[in-house]
Amino acid sequence: MWRILRQIARNGIRSEAPPAGNDALRVDGEQIQREILAILGQALSIREVDAGSCNACELEINALNNPYYNIEGLGIRFVASPRHADMLLVTGPVARNMELALRRTYEATPAPKLVVAVGDCGCDGGIFGEGYASCGRVANVIPVDVAVPGCPPEPIEILRGILTAVRRGRQG
Amino acid sequence: MLIAQFIEDLEHLPGPLPMHYRTVRADTWRRVAQAVSEAGGRLLSLWGSDRTRGASGSLVISAAYVVREGLLWLDLPLGERSVIDPQHPSYPDLVPFFPCAAHLQRAAADLLGVVAEGATDRRAWLNHGAWPANWHPLRRQDPHPGLPAAQEVTDYAFVRVAGDGVHEIPVGPVHAGIIEPGHFRFSVVGEKVLRLEQRLGYKHKGIEKRFTELPPLAANRLAGRISGDSTVAYAWSYCMALESLASCEIPERACWLRALLLERERVANHLGDLGALGNDAAFAFGLAQFSRLREDWLRLAKEAFGHRLMMDGIVPGGVASDIDRSSADRLFRQCDSVEREVLQLQQVYDEHSGLQDRFMTTGRVTPELASQLGLTGLAGRASGQAVDLRCDQPWAPYDRLQVKIATCSDGDVAARVMVRFAEISESLRLLRVILCRLSEGAGETRRELRLPAKAALGAGWVEGWRGEVFVALEWDGENGSNGIRRCHIHDPSWQNWPVLVHAVIGNIVPDFPLINKSFNLSYSGHDL
Repeated sequence: MWRILRQIARNGIRSEAPPAGNDALRVDGEQIQREILAILGQALSIREVDAGSCNACELEINALNNPYYNIEGLGIRFVASPRHADMLLVTGPVARNMELALRRTYEATPAPKLVVAVGDCGCDGGIFGEGYASCGRVANVIPVDVAVPGCPPEPIEILRGILTAVRRGRQG
Repeated sequence: MLIAQFIEDLEHLPGPLPMHYRTVRADTWRRVAQAVSEAGGRLLSLWGSDRTRGASGSLVISAAYVVREGLLWLDLPLGERSVIDPQHPSYPDLVPFFPCAAHLQRAAADLLGVVAEGATDRRAWLNHGAWPANWHPLRRQDPHPGLPAAQEVTDYAFVRVAGDGVHEIPVGPVHAGIIEPGHFRFSVVGEKVLRLEQRLGYKHKGIEKRFTELPPLAANRLAGRISGDSTVAYAWSYCMALESLASCEIPERACWLRALLLERERVANHLGDLGALGNDAAFAFGLAQFSRLREDWLRLAKEAFGHRLMMDGIVPGGVASDIDRSSADRLFRQCDSVEREVLQLQQVYDEHSGLQDRFMTTGRVTPELASQLGLTGLAGRASGQAVDLRCDQPWAPYDRLQVKIATCSDGDVAARVMVRFAEISESLRLLRVILCRLSEGAGETRRELRLPAKAALGAGWVEGWRGEVFVALEWDGENGSNGIRRCHIHDPSWQNWPVLVHAVIGNIVPDFPLINKSFNLSYSGHDL
């Protein structure tokens, strides 16, 4: 136990430093929280759906849970069921074998729901394009509010995409 | 075992590893399978290709074996008709010798319409109904069919377990965490798993066909997106295959830089997995600490190589960019700091009784079972299979690094954790040697690749963090066609997914996420 405590004490809090004017990361973080509190009260729940990615986008989405981005500290949570979600975060070109599963996940998400497509593949099919087994971009299958380009987008860009969708959700 | 003892006239494929090629007839195909199996060799991959050219040529089934002297790639041209099924050319079944051939053969049936004689399981594997069962995407002559509307495939015949109190738990394809899609069907009594059946293929997006539509000198980008966590390993394998068929030897400095990327990829994945394994055993401290280290690791990768996951760093003929002395210094220092921290965390993991209680004896694969089923890569080494390409066939620059293999014979989650710790430590040592070497001077890092004006074969074979990654490439340079005719991709997950099924038997359902994570297999690398 003392080793654990010593390790925690030695490392301290690593979540990105508080805003010092141009600290873009942290400023984004704060905006996200204000926006979410204004719109959704306490929290934003996200259901992540991999519809056919190469799994690099998943690695970067998972990174949002690390102490630097500390996404839960911003009141954003990844949930296990679309029925608990306010937002779907969808990666990949949509594999035709995933098309039905994605549609069903969308239908199972309660309205008003937001959809953020993550990565070049989700935006426009990426290097996989459309073919006998790929439907291409996410918007070919379900309505998309925001598309975050990048291969894969860095965690901070994914956060930015989530914020943009929340804003658009409020206007819409 | 000497390949020459049971097969003659082998053609040597150019490349940094010993790779051999030969076209055979059905009787030799069967004889070699038996001989390799009896001599303790392994089946690396199996795939089908369409080699028809107008009226000549035929469909071909290929197998890649690993024996002590290297890799053996066999092609078996198939007759138009077979005795068992008039619609589909057939070949001798390899499952009796290598159980891991089962899924590979089912995939070849879906993609090319070739079947294994006597195979008992003929269910579709990759085709879930998104394209007609009688249309095969890798055949040349068939016109593209009108694709059916998305339909629900409800008739997949899962094997049912009957008995008092047995019930089924269907999971997926959309899983509860931030992970890839696949379907697991558990048959359980109470909490105990009696049987697990997997259904994969949800991520199939036609990568092998896509390769044939891309220019060969740009397709390394696609190779780097087969399985994002192994982007370096795939890019290296693909480029090695292309360099092999072009007989291009890459500059020495490019070899060292490629190994730098590959070892960094290994460490990045092991750091992520060790954190996630802690978390799956309810030890959130582990996730926080290891995910912090991983983030530091990725951020420095971004600064040094321009990409957090080091995508597109390996290109045909060499590497995209060099590193300067100051980057090398920083990368070196990071190895020191990460090593220090990982040692401390390893002590915490080792001494934490609650964690060890979840890890030990959970999801066990004995060395005997591992050997029988062909468990490979990291998971194989944790079940006593001392196989690591960097040690067995050290290609440049591994021939000058003397990689120390990490093995354990317990075969449980704890063993797979232990092997990860040991491999991090070894990779950090290798990284420091590589960085010292790179600091000594500059040099050429990329060589122009001249693709031959004829048909040619090439192969790439690399030990990624999960296990051996293999690429078989068929080039058509005749009559100015200059295109990839076939690119077959193989991920070690093909071998290991079926073994996961055995690892879970007798465990409780709540331990499945932990066991699954300890293997951490690729869905996208498998589904293609």
